[in-house]
Amino acid sequence: MLGRLTLDAIQHGWIATFGQITMLLGGITVVGLLTYFRRWKWLYRNWLTSLDPKKIGVMYIIVAFLMLFRGAMDAVMIRVQQATSVGDSNGILTSDQFQQVFSAHGTIMIFFVAMGLMFGLINWIVPLQIGARDVAFPFLNSVSFWLFAAGAVLLNVSLAVGEFAAAGWLAYPPLSELKYSPGVGVDYWIWALQIAGIGSLLAGINFVVTILRMRRSGMTLMKMPMFTWSVLGSMALVIFAFPILTATLGMLSLDRLLGMHFFTSDSGGNALMYINLIWAWGHPEVYILILPAFGIFSEVVATFSRKRLFGYTSMVLAIGAIVFLSFIVWSHHFFTMGAGADVNAFFGIMTMVIAIPTGVKVFNWLFTMYKGRIVFASPMLWFLGFIVTFTIGGMAGVLMSVPPADFQVHNSLFLVAHFHSMVIGGVLFGFFAGLTYWFPKIFGFKLNERLGKYAFGCWLVGFLLAFVPLYILGLMGATRRLDHYDASLGWQGLFIVAGIGVAIIMAGVGFQVLQVVFSVWKRKENMDTTGDPWNGRTLEWATSSPPPVYNFATTPAVNDRDEFWAIKQGKALLVEKPLYTAIHMPKNSPFGMLLGGFSLTVGFALVWHIWWLAMLGFIGIIVSFIVRVSDEDTEVTMSAAQVAEIEAERAKI
Amino acid sequence: MNKKYKLALFILLPVGVTLLATLWLRGHDIAVLNSKGIIANRERDLMITATLLMLIVVIPVFALTFFIAWKYRASNAKAKYKPDWDHSRVAEFTWWAVPTVIIFVLAVITWKGTHELDPFKPLSASTEPVAIQVVALQWKWLFIYPQQNIASVNLVQFPEDTPINFEITADAPMNSFWIPQLGGQVYAMSGMKTRLHLMADETGNYRGSSANISGEGFAGMKFTARASAQTDFEKWLQSAKNSPAHLSFKEYNKLAKPSKGNLVTYYSSTEADLLGKIVRKFTTPTLDREYGNRSGGLSNYGEVHN
Repeated sequence: MLGRLTLDAIQHGWIATFGQITMLLGGITVVGLLTYFRRWKWLYRNWLTSLDPKKIGVMYIIVAFLMLFRGAMDAVMIRVQQATSVGDSNGILTSDQFQQVFSAHGTIMIFFVAMGLMFGLINWIVPLQIGARDVAFPFLNSVSFWLFAAGAVLLNVSLAVGEFAAAGWLAYPPLSELKYSPGVGVDYWIWALQIAGIGSLLAGINFVVTILRMRRSGMTLMKMPMFTWSVLGSMALVIFAFPILTATLGMLSLDRLLGMHFFTSDSGGNALMYINLIWAWGHPEVYILILPAFGIFSEVVATFSRKRLFGYTSMVLAIGAIVFLSFIVWSHHFFTMGAGADVNAFFGIMTMVIAIPTGVKVFNWLFTMYKGRIVFASPMLWFLGFIVTFTIGGMAGVLMSVPPADFQVHNSLFLVAHFHSMVIGGVLFGFFAGLTYWFPKIFGFKLNERLGKYAFGCWLVGFLLAFVPLYILGLMGATRRLDHYDASLGWQGLFIVAGIGVAIIMAGVGFQVLQVVFSVWKRKENMDTTGDPWNGRTLEWATSSPPPVYNFATTPAVNDRDEFWAIKQGKALLVEKPLYTAIHMPKNSPFGMLLGGFSLTVGFALVWHIWWLAMLGFIGIIVSFIVRVSDEDTEVTMSAAQVAEIEAERAKI
Repeated sequence: MNKKYKLALFILLPVGVTLLATLWLRGHDIAVLNSKGIIANRERDLMITATLLMLIVVIPVFALTFFIAWKYRASNAKAKYKPDWDHSRVAEFTWWAVPTVIIFVLAVITWKGTHELDPFKPLSASTEPVAIQVVALQWKWLFIYPQQNIASVNLVQFPEDTPINFEITADAPMNSFWIPQLGGQVYAMSGMKTRLHLMADETGNYRGSSANISGEGFAGMKFTARASAQTDFEKWLQSAKNSPAHLSFKEYNKLAKPSKGNLVTYYSSTEADLLGKIVRKFTTPTLDREYGNRSGGLSNYGEVHN
C-alpha cells in the first residue's frame, strides 16, 4: 500500500533528530506568526501565487539561505569529524553518517544554495536592468521556482524519513546502483535533482528569451549592462547542459526503478558513460554559477570606482569564450579514468585555455579601478577577497589541468580546496557582493555596513584558514571523503586548523544574520528614498526602492551603455511630464505551487515505490497544466490613472 | 599607509608566513613533493613548472590589485581621475597576448608531459619488469603476482629500480589505485583492466590508498607499498610461498565479500588466470549465478550495509 515505506523509515540518529526538531520548530514558528498576525491571505496573494519576478526572486533567496544553513551545518560536522577521527577515535559520526553528510553538503550547496541565490538575483535584477516590466514567461518563472522549492523540500524530507545518498554529490555508479546502494538515499538524490533541474532548465529558457526579446528600445546587445550579458551566457549554458542532467538522472532512475543496466557494473552497463555524461553537464554547471558572479563584480567595481567598466567589448568576448570553452573541457574531471594521452592532453590544454579569458576579466576589473575614485563599501571588499581567493584557486586549477600533475592530486583534498576556492571565493563572494549591493533596491533600505565588513573579514580569514591547510593535506596524500585516518600520518594538526577556519566562517555567517536582523530593526533610519543609494550607473537604479510592480511607468528609449549614469550627468533626456498608458501585468496564479506540490508527490512516491501515489501525482501535474494552459484570463490591467497615482506617490518621497 | 591597506597586510602576511613555514617544516612529510619514484619525480617537476609559469601572471595581478586599490582610493585626491576612460588597445593586447603565450608554452609542456607520463606507457630500465595484478575489493586490496603465482592482501612489495607493470581491476565500486610517493593514480573499475607503470628509486615503505569512495569502509582502503632490495624481495616472495592458503576462485569470492580491517595475509598459490576470471565476473552473468545472487557479485551486501 505504501510501497517500501514503513514506520522504521523515520530516522532516529542524533543528526536527523536535530534536523527534524529544527524543521518542526521553524515550521511551527512560521505558521504561528502567520496565524497570529493574520497574514495567511497576504502570504497567498502577495507571495505564493505571485508571478512578479521581484517576489519570486526573494522567495528563491529565502529558500537558498535556509538551505545554506543546512549545508553549513554539514560543513561543520565534516570538519569536526576530520579533526577528531584519528587513530583510536572514530570522531562523532559513523562512516555511513559521514558519507551522507558530505553528499548532502555538496548537493545542497551547488543545487540549492548557489543556484537559488543566482536565480534569485537574476529574477530581481535582469528585468530592471534591461528596462523591462517582467520576464518573457511569467507563469513559467513561477513554475521554475516551485519546482526548485519542491526539490529542496524532498531533500529535507530525507532527513526525517529514510536516508540520504552516501555516494557523493554526483553519485557515481556503480556505487549509486542498486547493488551497492539498495536503500532510498540515492533515489531521494535523483528525484530532488530531477525536479529542481527541470525548474532550472525552464528558467534558462525564460531568461534567454527575456534578454533577447524584451530589452528597452535602443538597448542593443552591446549596450546591455555586463551583469545581463553574464546572465545571457550562463542561461545559454543552462539550456545546453541541463538536458544532459535530466537524461542522465533519468537513466540512473531506470536502472534503479526498473532494473535496467545503463550504468551497472554487470550485464553490459558502463559506469564510465555516466561519468562522461554527468560531467558534460557538471562542467558547464560550474560556469553557469560563476558567470553571473563575474557579472556582479563588473557592476560593483564600476559603481564603486565611479568609473565606466573597462574594456566592455573584451569582457563580452571573454564571456563568449568561456561559454564555448566550458563545453569542451569536461574530461578533466576524470583524467585518471584512463582515456589515454591524446584525449587527456587535448582536454587539459582546452582547460588551461579558459584561464585566458578569465584573466582578461580580472585585468579589465583592475583597470576599471585604475584612475577611478574607489569607495571601499562592503561589495567592493567582497571583490577584493575574490581576487585573493579565486586567483589561488585558479592557479590550483591550471596546475590540475596538466594531466600528469592531476594524477597526483585528483580526488585529494587539494582538489577540494581548489573547487571551494572557486565556489566560495568566486560564486559565494560574488553573490554576497550582489546581495549587499542590490538589497536596498529589493527591500527599500540599506544593510548595516559595519556588520557587513566584520562578516567579510571573518569569511576571508576563515576561508584561508579552512582551505590552505587542505591544499597542503592534499599534497601530503590525503584523499577526500575520509572519515578516519592514522595518527602516524601527522595530518591532525592541519585538520584542526581547518576546523578553526570553519568556526571563523560561521562567525562570519553569524555577523551576516545579525546584519540582516539589525538592519530590519533599524530600517526606518536607513531608508533608500531616492532609489539610488550607491550612485549607480545602470537602469535598475532609475526606479524607486522597491520598484512598483510594473517596474517602469514609461519606457523611453535608451542611448548609452550606462544609461542611468548618463541621465544623471545630464547627457540623456529625462522626460519631465511622462505620458502614462495602461499597463498589462500577469494575474497571480496558484498553479506554479500546485505543479511544485504534485512534483514533490511524484518524487516522494517514486523514492518509496508507492506507485498509485506517483500515478495520482502525475495526473495532478497533467490536469493542472491543462487547466492553466486553457485559462484565457491571465492578465490584469492597471489603468493609466492608477499608474499616475503610484508615480505621484513616489515623486512625493 | 592607508588603514585598509594595513588591514589587508595584517591579514594576509601571517597567513602567508604560516603557509610557507608549514611547507618548509613539513617538506619531508609532503608525499607528492617528497617523491621516491621516477614517475612521481617527473609529475612533481611538472607541477613546479606549471606553478612558476602561472606566477608570471599571478604575482603582477596581486601587486596591481593592492597598488591600484590603495592609490586610487576615493580619499586620495591627488590621484588622477578619468571616469570615462574605458578602453586601451595596448592594454587589451597585452593581457590577451601575454597569458596566451604563457598558456601556449604550458600547452606544449602538457602535450609532451602527458604522453611521456601516460600510465599505460611501459618504463624502460636495465632490470626485468615485475608484473603485479591489483584488485580493489570492499574494503581491501588484493595483489596477485602472476609470474610468481602468489598473492597478498594490503601489502605489495617489489624491488627498487625495477619497473612494476600493474594491471588493475576492481570487484567493488569504482576505486582509484594511488601510491603518492611513487606516482599518480589510476581508476580501478570492475569488468575492466587498466594499467599503471611505476618504479621506485629508493627503498622504503610507502603509503597507498584508494582515492575514490567505494562505500562505507572507504577510509580503510589503505595498503603498504614496500620497495626493497632485490634480495629482500626474493625473501619476501619465499615467505609468501610458505603460507598454507591457496587462492582458488572460490576462496577469492569469500575474500571479496565486504569486510573491514583486513590484516596483511598471503596466499602461496593462486588459481590460473584469476584476474581474467575476476574481470569476467562482470561480463559473464552466468558465472555469477554459481556464487552469488542474480544481480551479480556481493550476495550479502545488504546485511553488511545495514
